[in-house]
Amino acid sequence: MVGLRAFAAAASLSMLFVLSPATAQTPPAESIQIGLSTDAVSITAGFSGADLTIFGSLENPDPLVARQGRYDVIVVLEGPPRPVVVRRKDRVLGVWVNLDSETFENVPVSYSVATTRPLQDIAEPAKYKQLSLGAQNLYMKPADETDSPATIEEFTAALRDRKAATGLYSENVGGVQFLSQNLFRATVRLAPNVPVGTHKARAFLFKSGMFVKESSAQLEIRKSGFEQSVFRVAHDYSFLYGVFAISLAMLTGWLGRLIFRKD
Amino acid sequence: MGIYLPIAEISVNVFVLLAMGAAVGFLSGMFGVGGGFLITPLLIFYNIPPAIAVATGANQVIASSFSGALSHFKRGTLDFKLGGVLLAGGIVGSTAGIFVFALLRRLGQLDLFISLLYVVLLGTVGGLMLVESVNALRASRSGAAPVLKKSGQHNWIHRLPFKMRFRASKLFVSVIPVLGLGAGIGFLSSIMGVGGGFIMVPALIYLLKVPTNVVIGTSLFQIIFTSAYTTLVHATTNQTVDVILAFLLMAGGVAGAQYGAKAGQRLRGEQLRALLAMLVLAVAIRLAVDLFVTPPNLYSLSAAGLN
Repeated sequence: MVGLRAFAAAASLSMLFVLSPATAQTPPAESIQIGLSTDAVSITAGFSGADLTIFGSLENPDPLVARQGRYDVIVVLEGPPRPVVVRRKDRVLGVWVNLDSETFENVPVSYSVATTRPLQDIAEPAKYKQLSLGAQNLYMKPADETDSPATIEEFTAALRDRKAATGLYSENVGGVQFLSQNLFRATVRLAPNVPVGTHKARAFLFKSGMFVKESSAQLEIRKSGFEQSVFRVAHDYSFLYGVFAISLAMLTGWLGRLIFRKD
Repeated sequence: MGIYLPIAEISVNVFVLLAMGAAVGFLSGMFGVGGGFLITPLLIFYNIPPAIAVATGANQVIASSFSGALSHFKRGTLDFKLGGVLLAGGIVGSTAGIFVFALLRRLGQLDLFISLLYVVLLGTVGGLMLVESVNALRASRSGAAPVLKKSGQHNWIHRLPFKMRFRASKLFVSVIPVLGLGAGIGFLSSIMGVGGGFIMVPALIYLLKVPTNVVIGTSLFQIIFTSAYTTLVHATTNQTVDVILAFLLMAGGVAGAQYGAKAGQRLRGEQLRALLAMLVLAVAIRLAVDLFVTPPNLYSLSAAGLN
């Protein structure tokens, strides 16, 4: 610990040395860094959700603020953005039919949050809205902005609710833990139906309720060998895939007759 | 044992799917139907997205109908010419069905339309079969000889032009109703993921007066090609065929079918038809209940801009 602090002191000394005299009084600004142990996660045949651990560090933390626990970190793993249609069922002649709908552009398919403390204890709600941070504060851009605000609000709420119900939007309070003054570990949940694609890990640093700095890293989630091949062939060589599916069915039908024949 | 389905993108239990395939295969072997009308709703109940359930159902139907058609081919109870004309209609109907399928999917009404079609068709066919088989059971119990329709009896269908001779079926009939029937079945096949045997068989017997012994083989023969075509078009336009899912269902299905056929031989025709009718009605009622009961969640999400 002493060694670390000595190192921090040395670092700030060297910073002071290069800074101009006008700003020399202000301590060096804190910043945050995250690192992923891997840049790709593979979904295998037995995948049923997982926890992803992200390590990060604070740079130039104020030891006093750190000791009082006034640094807060929010880590988000955001899935690839895709357009989404939210539909509402209504009764028509007794039958439940999809009637109204609202399309949203660029909605992250998944959104897992890990925090040091409950969101409401870290900063003001307005701050989250401004940063578009947290599943409840994420800005969902409607494709048709002429719709009434009440409708948009209703469908936005439904969208968040459905995403949370399927586990795609999750919040892990206490999922970020400080291992030392500088080092922290964040655990974000990957839902069993986590979408494949490029995910973005973002870490937000707050100091006494004020947003300080953000850092991000990219993570590729993909299907593992066999599943990925099947998916790729189905999309890239769809005709051959179809022919294969048909041949497989005929072969199975023929073999089934040979093996299990009872007549 | 869980397995991740690459196209459906969810984890499912292998044994549930094998058992599902075997159970449906058993019933399809027993009743001589493809079983698509049971597989697709079962997959939907098991949370497989309807679009994938339909396309994969069509793929699975190929296996059971191919297996069945082989037996009929060996017995010579298969009319290739009649099957061919039905197939020509089937391709047209199936193509139209694929377009309607993509359109409904874009409008968000696919699930409703699939359910409604199932309820109406299964309800009608099941109801008619039940009435007919109960009457037959009553008649046989009271000792009266069953009333058979004479093959010479003609209806309006036999007055249509463009007649064609089908030797194996001992039939001289206009091609219009044959093409129309094929097209109708093809349309249903691509939208519902069914082979259409449960409609084709009664239609061939009662409308076209095809002798019962060639009906099943011919129907199976045309179903192979219609569902193969449907599978291919779904695979290329919607990428909704999941081979892993289809294979698990087929593997269970072909095994179950052979035992089902054996079990079916022990039951009398009208008993079999009454049982099948009750099964068909049960599926229809289950789907109808879902249409009318308030869903647990009124909102649903789907990807925008599909096709």
